[in-house]
Amino acid sequence: MKIPLGRIAHARSGDKGDTSNIGVIAFDARHYPLLVREVTSERVKHFFGELVKGNVERFELPNLGALNFLLHEALGGGGTLSLRIDAQGKTLGAALLRMEIEIASEELG
Amino acid sequence: MIRIANGQGFWGDWLEAPVRLVEQGPIDYLALDYLAEITMSILQKQKEADPNLGYARDFPPLIARIQRRLIERDVKVIANAGGVNPVACAREVRRLAPSLKVAVVLGDDVFARLDEFLAAGHAMKNMDTGEPLSAIRDRILSANAYIGAFALAEALALEADVVIAGRCTDTALSLAPMIHRFGWKANEWDKLAAGTIAGHIVECGAQCTGGNCQVHWEAIPDLANIGYPIIEADHDGRFSITKHEGTGGRVSVDVVKEQLLYELGDPKNYITPDCVADFTSIHLKDAGPDRVQASGIRGAARPPMLKLSIAYSYGWKATGTLVYSAPQALDKAKAADRIVRQRLAQLGLDFEEIYTEFFGVNACHGPVAVPNPDPPEVQLRIGVRGQDRKAVDRFTRELIPLVLSGPPTATGFGDGRPPVREVVAYWPALIPRELIQTSVQVVQ
Repeated sequence: MKIPLGRIAHARSGDKGDTSNIGVIAFDARHYPLLVREVTSERVKHFFGELVKGNVERFELPNLGALNFLLHEALGGGGTLSLRIDAQGKTLGAALLRMEIEIASEELG
Repeated sequence: MIRIANGQGFWGDWLEAPVRLVEQGPIDYLALDYLAEITMSILQKQKEADPNLGYARDFPPLIARIQRRLIERDVKVIANAGGVNPVACAREVRRLAPSLKVAVVLGDDVFARLDEFLAAGHAMKNMDTGEPLSAIRDRILSANAYIGAFALAEALALEADVVIAGRCTDTALSLAPMIHRFGWKANEWDKLAAGTIAGHIVECGAQCTGGNCQVHWEAIPDLANIGYPIIEADHDGRFSITKHEGTGGRVSVDVVKEQLLYELGDPKNYITPDCVADFTSIHLKDAGPDRVQASGIRGAARPPMLKLSIAYSYGWKATGTLVYSAPQALDKAKAADRIVRQRLAQLGLDFEEIYTEFFGVNACHGPVAVPNPDPPEVQLRIGVRGQDRKAVDRFTRELIPLVLSGPPTATGFGDGRPPVREVVAYWPALIPRELIQTSVQVVQ
């Protein structure tokens, strides 16, 4: 079944220059493998479409049940150059939580 | 065990937070972070206009306000409020709070040394683009090296009540008291990494005590009286994050995890002047109400290079808005956007970028916003950026005429035409650490 990522994870996002970082954290550590399987760099890049001009990197933090994403060239130049209202990508984490992921109902445990 | 509180996540954070931290419970050190990447350039301009300025002006009045409590409770303050003029900042603190001993940490400001560095063959390439610094040499407004915690610890060793630094790392403000009180050595990487990660957790103030938190945010108690964070640090590198009893907010593993990931790059290589911290080694556990314990943290050797924060004049920008009401609010805003762009093109004006957002429809989430086909109102928000100030200024005059000459129901123009703002850009670069010598000075 399809569920929004926000069913099993929370997130916080911010900036480093023109790169936005999104930390995605499983509410329940048992769901961390689902994040690893479902929330790949490619899917995050595809989800944001034209918003992310560069590549998406992913780092794993199994100790925190969390993934860290770097979305390059995602903030309209970043910092002071950006003309966006959300120049620091503060809201991109909340956006990503709406991405749908595919899991079997028994995996929700 | 020592208690290190953070009462300021950035310049402009809640003025009451540091006051409440010294009033509402025990702390030993009060860390205050005032500097963002471009703050230094703003302060440099203020210093050029007046040699007695160039520091965080909110800081001396704050110290004046809490000075009695600092003495009664033996609380020491560590702040990067010095900006590009730490000595002037210290003098103002001394003027307002004459009974406090004030020390400054110097050596981060390399604005006057850039040509010396270039002549010695240090290209100071932009870490993002690879361009050499020479490309923007004549437009540089400020240049500072990020310095670490050991210089701040030296100032604490002089028994200063208030330590004022310029561009030190945010994490150094919290790590310095641990180095000072526990006698940590410069090669105890695991302990330095632990103190650095503790500093990272608290450096954004209440963002680790329930502020900006997505986990059941509606249930986080009393955000109006949110408690700012306190590190309870042990000599062996273990620490807890907590807040004063009776304050609002929430400290839990979920909340602390969100902040650990905030503005994080590669979690195994969190590079500071003091060490390289490994975020994948952190073990967290809830250890009582509003208390999270961290242990197991590992670190690696500090890097041979220090990061430079260089600000330079880039160009100009302006952002203007108009509001359209239903029916067809979005269609009207889109039509107005097309008209503005056509008029700018007809004027032959050249911009690096023209960017349009429809506030209420897609401003925050862009192409992934939840569709909102017939909103009751939409704010058209157009921004331009370019090298030509006159072109940007002309743009600021092109929105309000649409109230009479564009699609119907335009409003929200009461503030007049938008200001033209200078764009100061940030140039991250590296420099060998041996070129940066810090010193500590007690200001009389």
